[in-house]
Amino acid sequence: MTEIVRIENLSKHFGDVVGVDQLSLSIRAGEFVTLLGPSGCGKSTLLRMIGGFEEPTQGRIRLDGQDVTHLPPNKRAVNMVFQDYALFPHMTVGRNVGYGLRVAGVPKAEIEARAREALTLVGLAEKYDARPHEMSGGQRQRVALARALVRQPKVLLLDEPLSALDANLREAMQVELRHLHQKVGLTFIMVTHDQNEALAMADRVLVMRDGRVVQDGTPEDLYDRPASPYVAGFVGTTNLFPSAVVDGRIDCFGQQLALPEGLAGRKNGLFGFRPEKARLLQPARKGGSNVISGSVEEVIYHGGAARIVVQLGQGSILVDLQNRKLNGRASLPGPGDILAVEIEPDAIMAFNAEAAE
Amino acid sequence: MTAVQRLRSAAVLSPPLLWTVVFMFVPYSILLVYSFWKTQYPIFVPAFQLGNYMELVRDPQYLRVLLRTLKIAGLVSFFALVLAYPYAYFLVFKVKRPSVRLTLYMAVVAPLWVSYLLRAYTWKTILGTQGVLNSFLVSTGILSEPSSIFLYNQAAMVLTLTYVFIPFMVMPIYAALEKIPPSLKEASADLGENRLATFLKVTLPLSMTGIVAGFTMTFCLAFGDFIAPFLVGGPDGVMIANVIASQFGAALNWPLGSALAVVMLVIVLGIISASDRFERLGAGRLT
Repeated sequence: MTEIVRIENLSKHFGDVVGVDQLSLSIRAGEFVTLLGPSGCGKSTLLRMIGGFEEPTQGRIRLDGQDVTHLPPNKRAVNMVFQDYALFPHMTVGRNVGYGLRVAGVPKAEIEARAREALTLVGLAEKYDARPHEMSGGQRQRVALARALVRQPKVLLLDEPLSALDANLREAMQVELRHLHQKVGLTFIMVTHDQNEALAMADRVLVMRDGRVVQDGTPEDLYDRPASPYVAGFVGTTNLFPSAVVDGRIDCFGQQLALPEGLAGRKNGLFGFRPEKARLLQPARKGGSNVISGSVEEVIYHGGAARIVVQLGQGSILVDLQNRKLNGRASLPGPGDILAVEIEPDAIMAFNAEAAE
Repeated sequence: MTAVQRLRSAAVLSPPLLWTVVFMFVPYSILLVYSFWKTQYPIFVPAFQLGNYMELVRDPQYLRVLLRTLKIAGLVSFFALVLAYPYAYFLVFKVKRPSVRLTLYMAVVAPLWVSYLLRAYTWKTILGTQGVLNSFLVSTGILSEPSSIFLYNQAAMVLTLTYVFIPFMVMPIYAALEKIPPSLKEASADLGENRLATFLKVTLPLSMTGIVAGFTMTFCLAFGDFIAPFLVGGPDGVMIANVIASQFGAALNWPLGSALAVVMLVIVLGIISASDRFERLGAGRLT
C-alpha cells in the first residue's frame, strides 16, 4: 500500500513545554490509525499539526508526497471532525455539509446532490433542512462526519470524536465509524484517550507518552505484547510486580510462579499478567503448578464479569472472573474468602529492567 | 398553579411591577394625556385635540431637528461600531493572556463609572480654543494661532457622543464574539475557506446579535441625548431632546413638548422592538 502521511522528526514546543518530541511516523493509505494516550501526551497536538492548526517547531509533514508542513489548513487535502463537532449554528445541516464544496466552487446542483449523498451515508438523509441545535449529540456527530467526508479528503482526522457521547451511543458509534471506514476506504487518524475505543476501532494503534510514540502496533500486539509496563498499564489492566529470576521461577508478592519457556533466558526485572488470565480453582483442589492464593479484599461487580482484589500478603493482585465460570462455586467469592487462582504460564509478560519506571 | 403558588409569584413580581407602573407607565400616560391638551398662555387646559401633533407637522423646524437627531444618532452608532468591533475582535481572538484582556476590556468599560457630564466636558477641554488639541497644533507650528473650528459643531457632538456611548457597543459585541467557539473558525479553515471569507461567513453572522444590541443601545442613547449639544454643539447642533427640554422650560408649552416626547418614544420603541425581533430570529443559534 502507498504511503499517504509521512512525518519526519516532528516537534512542537509550547514555550518550555514539549508537546511533540522528534516524532517520525508513516501512515499507509486506507489505514485506520488511532493515537492513544493520556491527556497531555501530545496526541491532539500531533493531529492538529497534521490538520494545519498548529505550526510545528521543527520537522516535516508530507501528505501524499507533498510537503505541507507550513501550509494553512485551507490548503490541505485533509479534513477534521472536531471534538465539539464545530457545526455552524447559523446554517442548516445541508448548508453545513455543503460548506466545503461551495468553497471549492462545485456547481450548486452538485453541491446539494453530494451533501444529500453524504448525509445518506451517515444515516441522516431526512435531516437536510434541520438546524444543528435541533439535533441530538449523536446526530451532530454524524453531520460533522458527513461534512468532513463530503470533501473526499486524503486523510480524515478525528479529534476525540466520541468523547461527548454517552456510553451506549459511543459503543454504537464505534461500530458505525468502523463500518464507515471500510465503506469509504479513506485513511482515518483518530485521537482518543479511551483504550477500549482504540482497541475496538483501529487497525493500528500508536500509544503516545510525553510527545513520543512508545508503541506502534495492532490492537492485539498492544494487548498481548505490550512493549513496556507503561503500555501494559495503559492498555487494559496488568498486575505488575518486580522480581528476581531464580531457577526459572519468579516471585509474585511472596508466591512462586513458573516462567514460561519463551522467557527462559530472562534476568531480574518487572513481570506481569492480565487479570483475566487467572483462573479460579475448585475449592477442593490443592496445589498445582502455577497457583497462588490469598484472601479476597474486595469484589467489584461488573455484571458480565467481576474483578476481585486478592491480598497476597506483600501486595495485592487483580483477578477478573467471567460470570458463570466460578468453577464449582455457588456464588462469587466475598471479602475475607481464601481463594486459589491458577495463572496460565504463557500469560506471564516480562519487561526489561530499563523499561521499568 | 395552586393559589399559594400564584400568591407567591405575585409577591415576587409585585415590586418590579409596581416600579414599572409608578415610574414608567404613569408618567408616560400623563405625557400622552398632556399631548392632547391646549395651551392658553400662560396655562394649559385639558382638551382632546390633535393641534400639537399638527403643529409638529406644520412647522418644518421640528422635522428638521428630528432628522438631524436621527442623523447624529446614526453617525454615532456607525462610528462606535467601526471602532468597537475591531477592538472587541482583537480582545477576544488576538489577546492571549486573560489578564491583559481584562485590563483592556476594563479600559473601555471603566469610564462608565465616571460622571457622564464630566466625560462630555472633557472634550470641551480637548477641542476648545484653549484646549489640548489647539495648544499641540500651535506649539508644533502646524497652526499659527488657536482655531475655533474644532468645537461647537456637529462633528464635535458626534465625537463626544461616540466616546461617551462606545462602551455600550463594545460590551454586547465582546459578549457575542466570546460565545463563538474557536473550533468554528478552525472548521471553516479546515473546509478550505480563507480568513476573510471565514470572518464574513462565520464570525460576522454569529456576532450579529451583539452588533444589533450594541447599535440599538448606542442609537437610542444618542437619540435622546441633550447634554452633548448643550456642551459641545453649535447653533446647528440642537437635538430633539433639547427642543423638548425648552418646551417644558423657557417656552412653557408642555402640551407641545409632550407631543414631541410621544413621537420620540414611538420612534425609540419601534427601534427596540425591531431589534428584539431580530434577536429572536437568531435565538437558539449558539446554544
